[in-house]
Amino acid sequence: MTLRDKTADDSPRSLVRAVLYDATIRGWVFQGLVLVFLILFAVWVMHNTAANLRAANIPFGFDFLNMRAGFDISQKPIYYTLDSSHAQAFKVGLLNTIIVSVLGIVLATIIGFVVGISRLSSNWLLARAATVYVETLRNIPLLLQLLFWYKAVLSVLPGPRQGYMLPLSTNLSNRGLTMPRPIVGEGFEIVLWVVPVAVVLAWALARWARRRQVATGQSFPVFRASLGIVVGLPLIVFLALGAPLSFEIPELKGFNFVGGMVVHPELIAMLLGISLYTATFIAETVRAGILAVSTGQSEAAFSLGLRPGQTMRLIVVPQAMRVIIPPLTSQYLNLTKNSSLALAIGYPDLVAVFAGSTLNITGHAIEVIAITMAVYLALSLITAALMNWFNARVALVER
Amino acid sequence: MRSNTFKILLLGVAFMGAGALAASAGTLDDVKAKGFVQCGVNGTGLAGFGAPDDAGNWKGLDVDACRAVAAAVFGDPAKVKFTGLSAKERFTALQSKEIDMLARNSTNTMSRDTQLGITFTGVNYYDGQGFMVKKSLGVSSAKDLNGASVCVQSGTTTELNLADYFKSNGLTFNAVVFEKQEEADAAYDAGRCDAYTTDASGLYSIRLKMTNPDDSIVLPEIISKEPLGPAVRQGDDQWESIVRWSHYAMLIAEEFGVTQANVDEMKTSENPEVQRLLGIGEGVDFGTPIGLTKDWAYNIIKGVGNYGESFERNVGEGSPLKIARGLNALWSKGGLQYAPPIR
Repeated sequence: MTLRDKTADDSPRSLVRAVLYDATIRGWVFQGLVLVFLILFAVWVMHNTAANLRAANIPFGFDFLNMRAGFDISQKPIYYTLDSSHAQAFKVGLLNTIIVSVLGIVLATIIGFVVGISRLSSNWLLARAATVYVETLRNIPLLLQLLFWYKAVLSVLPGPRQGYMLPLSTNLSNRGLTMPRPIVGEGFEIVLWVVPVAVVLAWALARWARRRQVATGQSFPVFRASLGIVVGLPLIVFLALGAPLSFEIPELKGFNFVGGMVVHPELIAMLLGISLYTATFIAETVRAGILAVSTGQSEAAFSLGLRPGQTMRLIVVPQAMRVIIPPLTSQYLNLTKNSSLALAIGYPDLVAVFAGSTLNITGHAIEVIAITMAVYLALSLITAALMNWFNARVALVER
Repeated sequence: MRSNTFKILLLGVAFMGAGALAASAGTLDDVKAKGFVQCGVNGTGLAGFGAPDDAGNWKGLDVDACRAVAAAVFGDPAKVKFTGLSAKERFTALQSKEIDMLARNSTNTMSRDTQLGITFTGVNYYDGQGFMVKKSLGVSSAKDLNGASVCVQSGTTTELNLADYFKSNGLTFNAVVFEKQEEADAAYDAGRCDAYTTDASGLYSIRLKMTNPDDSIVLPEIISKEPLGPAVRQGDDQWESIVRWSHYAMLIAEEFGVTQANVDEMKTSENPEVQRLLGIGEGVDFGTPIGLTKDWAYNIIKGVGNYGESFERNVGEGSPLKIARGLNALWSKGGLQYAPPIR
C-alpha cells in the first residue's frame, strides 16, 4: 500500500496502519518504553541493594543524619559545635567546598586571563615567562601540587609566637592568616541594603551611557563612574550612620591566637594549588579564543582609530568570549570537582567531613556516598547552567 | 576523586550487583575452596601491628592474628593474603566480603559491634588514646592543652575521644583532620599542630618517624579505652568461633608455657590442659566440631608462636617499639589477657 492510499482509505484497518507507521507516535512509544525500562531497572537496583544490605545485617536509612556528630571541624563558616548533628556537619563541609570552589574559580579566572593574554604579548620576556608557567604547572598532577603547596606554606611560615605581624593587626604564621573579625553594630544592615541600590544605579547609568553613545557618539567613563557609585554610596551611608562597625582583635593566648578570623593554611594551600593549576588551562583557552579572532578585526579597529586597549576590550575580547566560554565552563566544573582532593591536606571539605568522618563514624557508606555524589552533581549542574546562560548572552546572534 | 572513595563506591556497587547474597555465608568453605584467608590489615602501615618489612613481608601483631587463622585452617601460616585498608575502607571491605576477616588495629565499640553487620571476636591488644607534644611547649599534662591545635586522623574513634576529652574538661581545641596517618604525621612534624593524638601504641611508633624524635614527648594521660581486635561478618558463627579461638589458643599456649620452639616436645606433656590444647590422646578433638582438624592449635603455635612470643617480636622488647606488656599481660600476671579453658 502506498502513501497516497492511506489518505484516501478511511477503513479502520488502514487507520491502525497509519498509527503504527506514524513517526511521531512511534517515537513516543519507544521513548516511553525506554523510560519504563529505566525506571524498572532503577527500582530493581534499589530493591536488590536493600535486600542485600538486609541479608548482611546492615541497617539502611537516613536517620543517622540527626545523630550527634561529636567531632570537631577546623574551619566552621556556620554555627557548629561538638553537639551538632551529622546534618549540620554536612552543611559545614558543603559550605567549605563552595568557599574553596568559588574563591578558586575567581582567582583562576583572573590569573588565567592575565597569563593567557601575556602569552600573546609582544614583550618577549613576559610571553616566555607565561609559556614556562603554563607548560610546567599544567603537566604536574594536581595532588602533588597541593601537597607541595601545603608543605611549602607550612615550612616557610614560622610558628604562631614568631608569626609575621602585618598591618591592621593581621598576623601570618603556620596556623594561618589571623585577622580582626568585624563585629556588626546597630544600623549596619542599612549599609548592606544600600549596596544593591548602588548596583542598580550603576547598571542604569551604564544603560544610559550606551544609549547616548549610540545616539550622539559621545563616550562616557562608565567603568570609573560605576565603581564610584558602587563603592562610594555605601561608604557615605556607612559614615553618615557613624561607622557602626567594630573589630575583634585576635590576641596570642596560650598556644594560638584567640578571637578574630583565621584563614587556615589548608585553605591557603588549596587556593594556591587549585587556582594556579586551573589557571594554566584557562590561559590556554583564552589564548586560543583570542587567536580565533581574525587579525582583520584588529586591523579594521586600528584603522578606525581605536587604541590597542580599546581594540582588545571592544573588538577582540567580545568575539573571543564566544570561543572561550564553553571550554571555560568545563574548567570551572573541573575545579569544583578537583576541590575534593582537599582531604589530602586536611582541608575540611565535603569529602573530608561527610564522606570521611561521618561515613566512618556511622558506617552508612552507601547513603553517605550517594548524598555526596548527588551534591557534586548538583554543584556542577548549577555551574553549568549559569555558564550556559552567560554563553547564550554573548553568543553570536545570527540574523 | 580519591581512590579511597572510589573503592568504597565499588563496594557499594557490589551490593547492588545481581542476585542477593546467600543468607548463611559459609566463610570457612569459601576459604577452603580458594585455598587462602583474605585478611584486611593496616594499609598505610602501622609498625608493630601491620606493615610490610624491608623484604616486603607483612609483619605485626594483627598480621600474626591473620596467620594464626590460616595456620588453624590449612596448617600453614603462609596461606594468607593481605589487603591493605584505610580506616575509612575497613568495615565496608569486610561487609562486602572483599576480605574474610579484619585485623587492622580496630577498636571494638558498641555501635560497630551492633550496627555494621560485623562482630568483634576478641581483643588482641588493649590500647588507650594518648597525646604527643613538642617538648618546647613546656606542657606536662594533657590538661594544659587548652586552645591547642591537634592533628588527628579522620574516621577513627580517636577523633571522637579527642572531642569528648576536651569537652568534659572544659577545654577548647582546634582539630586538624587528615585522611591518612602519614599526612597527619607530616603536618605535626611541620609544626601545623601543637599536639598529635592517636592510640598510645601508635604514638611511640610515629614518634620514631619524626625528623627529631627527641623533640617530642608522649604525655602521661590515657584518655580512652581502645580494645583493638579482629572482626568478622555477623551471622557466620562457625567462622567467628575459629577466629576467636585462634586468639585464645595463643593465650592458652603462653599460659602453659607452650612455645613455637618446644611445641613438639610438649606433645608428650602429661598436663591435661596442654593435651587438650594440642589435641593429644584418644577422643581429644576440639577442632573437628568447628570445621578444623584436631591439631588446629598445634598448627597455630608451630606456625606463629604463642601470644607472648608474638607480642615481644612485634611490639615488645624484640621490636623497636619496646612497649611493656602492661594491660596486655596474661591475667595470671596482672594483665587483662584471659582465655576461657578448652574443654
